[in-house]
Amino acid sequence: MLEPPTKITALVVDDDTINQMIHHRLLDNLGIRNQVVRNGKEAIDVHCSGKNFDLILMDMEMPVMNGIEATRKLRAMGIRSMIAGVSTNTRERENFMKAGLDDYQEKPLTTSKLVSILHKVHKDG
Amino acid sequence: MDRNHLKRQVDFMKRSFLDQGYLDEQFIQLEELQDDDNPNFVEEIVTLFFNDSARLLQNIEQALVSGPIDFAKLDNYMHQFKGSSSSIGAKRVKDECTRFKEYCTAGNAEGCFRTFVQVKQEHATLRTKLETYFQLARQAGPPGTSRGQVR
Repeated sequence: MLEPPTKITALVVDDDTINQMIHHRLLDNLGIRNQVVRNGKEAIDVHCSGKNFDLILMDMEMPVMNGIEATRKLRAMGIRSMIAGVSTNTRERENFMKAGLDDYQEKPLTTSKLVSILHKVHKDG
Repeated sequence: MDRNHLKRQVDFMKRSFLDQGYLDEQFIQLEELQDDDNPNFVEEIVTLFFNDSARLLQNIEQALVSGPIDFAKLDNYMHQFKGSSSSIGAKRVKDECTRFKEYCTAGNAEGCFRTFVQVKQEHATLRTKLETYFQLARQAGPPGTSRGQVR
């Protein structure tokens, strides 16, 4: 049986509709309330609107603003959320981590990869 | 139409797709995300994949036949397509994508053309197989009623 819904919230940042659906479902399945945006800029905008999340699943390659730039910007804005990079681009992994990631997982994301990310999430207060 | 018989057929079909390398573990992962509230999750994702990928394949075809080949652009398109294929567990399609990307990196136009034919073929084959699979699965009824899985 599923665990009872947790209070953890998450933001999915990915331009690919299939990955959006899968990540959204993975999170739903674990009882995690989540929102989906299509690129780095939308991720920034949603934070500027006052929202905050415990976990951000950040794709790397996205139009308008990619994951590396979005991660840098979020950190510069003082966002302390756990940011997990989710990508297939191993060449840019180091740059991605340097931008301010707490974790990095290869796509495709699975329940067990997500659980290992969640073990690192801190809930403030 | 014996439900259990159909369910066994569905399972057998899935097994054979896995054994023959058409699908990999990722497909099973997606099936595990299905439940009573989302009984058609995998079919929805797969439908989305085939709709999206038809467009991508068209773009790639265009890029291959119109003028001097832009290998970087091709590689980019194929990277996207490979990513989606990987997300639904389409193993053979994904493997052909990898081959195509290698030819792109090597700037080998002939290799790209040849491999692209393979990509399209694997894509079409998988589409047919999965259409049949989901048709059968729908007839067999929702899974879990006879499995009683507890997680």
